[in-house]
Amino acid sequence: MVDKETVLKVAQLSKLKLKNEEVEIFSKQFNDILSFVEVLKEVDTEGVLPFYELDLQESYYRDDVAAGSISNEEALLNAPLKEGGFFVVPRVVG
Amino acid sequence: MSLWKKTALELSNLIKSKEIKPSEVVQSFIERKRQVEPKIQAYVTDLEEFAIQMAKKLDEEITKLEKIPDLFGIPIAIKDNISTKGIRTTCSSKMLENFVPIYDATVIERLKEQGYVITGKTNLDEFAMGSSTENSAFFTTKNPWDLERVPGGSSGGSAAIVAAAAVPLSLGSDTGGSIRQPAAFCGIVGLKPTYGRVSRYGLVAFASSLDQIGPFSRTVEDAALIMNVIAGKDNRDSTSKDVPVPNYLEEIKKDVKGLKIGLPKEFFTDDLDPQIKDTVLNAVKQLEKEGMSVEEISLPHAKYAIETYYIIAPAEASSNLARFDGVRYGYRTKDYSDLEEMYSKTRNEGFGSEVKRRIMIGTYVLSSGYYDAYYLKAQKVRTLIYQDYVKAFEKVDVIISPTTPDVAFKIGEKSSDPIQMYLSDIFTVSANIATVPAISIPCGFKDNLPVGMQITGKPFDEATILRVAYRYQNIYRFYEKIPME
Repeated sequence: MVDKETVLKVAQLSKLKLKNEEVEIFSKQFNDILSFVEVLKEVDTEGVLPFYELDLQESYYRDDVAAGSISNEEALLNAPLKEGGFFVVPRVVG
Repeated sequence: MSLWKKTALELSNLIKSKEIKPSEVVQSFIERKRQVEPKIQAYVTDLEEFAIQMAKKLDEEITKLEKIPDLFGIPIAIKDNISTKGIRTTCSSKMLENFVPIYDATVIERLKEQGYVITGKTNLDEFAMGSSTENSAFFTTKNPWDLERVPGGSSGGSAAIVAAAAVPLSLGSDTGGSIRQPAAFCGIVGLKPTYGRVSRYGLVAFASSLDQIGPFSRTVEDAALIMNVIAGKDNRDSTSKDVPVPNYLEEIKKDVKGLKIGLPKEFFTDDLDPQIKDTVLNAVKQLEKEGMSVEEISLPHAKYAIETYYIIAPAEASSNLARFDGVRYGYRTKDYSDLEEMYSKTRNEGFGSEVKRRIMIGTYVLSSGYYDAYYLKAQKVRTLIYQDYVKAFEKVDVIISPTTPDVAFKIGEKSSDPIQMYLSDIFTVSANIATVPAISIPCGFKDNLPVGMQITGKPFDEATILRVAYRYQNIYRFYEKIPME
């Protein structure tokens, strides 16, 4: 059973500042979803490799050729806040 | 006959023989679009004016071309999670409402080389998370067969606009059924290629190990036509594979005699709606008459596919969507006192409920203490599901099932219960889990709503499922019936 505190902790890890009513709804739905996937516990996976270790994907090599990149202007095109060719973020060091 | 009723292949041939001009084709589809779009609301961004200008340019260009490409002058709609340079790409999210990509997806580059005409960017469930388009931050698209019902999702806009014949072709993306389920609900053809068949470069990532781009069309030959263009290795997507791409238009004409159909007993249970079951089995009988053989097979772990999916997909989503931080692109909240608050308010205001739900579930199943019980477990079950398909394809050439457990549901019917919504993908998710290609084609009606049949194939064998679908289309000419006529 996932309690409200866990939901808040997960929200914090997910960088989501939930509103109070969202915490209520998500707590209930969180439990619904986790009990829904609970059925996987009955599957015998003894000795089974996780899918990402199956090595289905061959590795490809390509020549390491220097190529152009995007311009400063393009990089900033969609920035919500910019100044003098830089992204603007809140102060992080005191 | 009005041009908009024609298939992309017919139009392509008429353009190549210079019997019609690209601008005439585009004009005809625009007139049809003006009729249906106010009712179905398939487009987030309608590019009518842009398409008219583009077609005019193509009218001139064609006089100078020695060889005219297959998709020259063909109008195509694009799901709004595929990057289009200079054209707003929103993912139907407040987070990307004003986002204008600085590059094209590989599939868009390839279509541009052909001289295609983009008609608009289509609505989806926010970030492709959902099965109805009700999770779009903007509006819900309506099903052309019944405007009170959903078109399916997440690629609902791309499906509805093709079903209404306002465009002959569109692109969607499929992570757990997001092409096939809406194709079934809207009575059209929808193909999810093998993982690695079509480049994902420029597709806004949801669950990177499951996502694939694929087409919607009214006929199987049109799906083949566009697959000839978009399939193939791309150096910018390291998971795209260097497997030769056959000419699908030639492949579909081959005989189906001697091919083996497998019917998984896990998909034809007593719980299955009897009308859906009969409709699909009747279609299988028709194929049997064409010389295909039918046998029952077992995919013992397929019944765990939906649960496996709802651990793996959110886990990957929680990681992929971490990039939306309000710094480099997208929405940023108005008031904040520090960085942490800027991030967490931006994300909470920019994402809708389903996206937040999945980010949190994903974060939870990846967090220490729960990783082994959920994420690692799901990854192991994924291996078992994959192996079921490998074994099944040692015996049969294609696997047939219904695409969805029922026909299109009413708007609002499932929107308050996430799990009921998830279950509408119960027959489609296992193809993504197992990486195999699968196509949905119409096979009949229930209560005047289309029923979809899913044909699944071996990895990189899109040719065979298209061939079987094409043969069935010659028996049941589903494309002749157009809604909202």
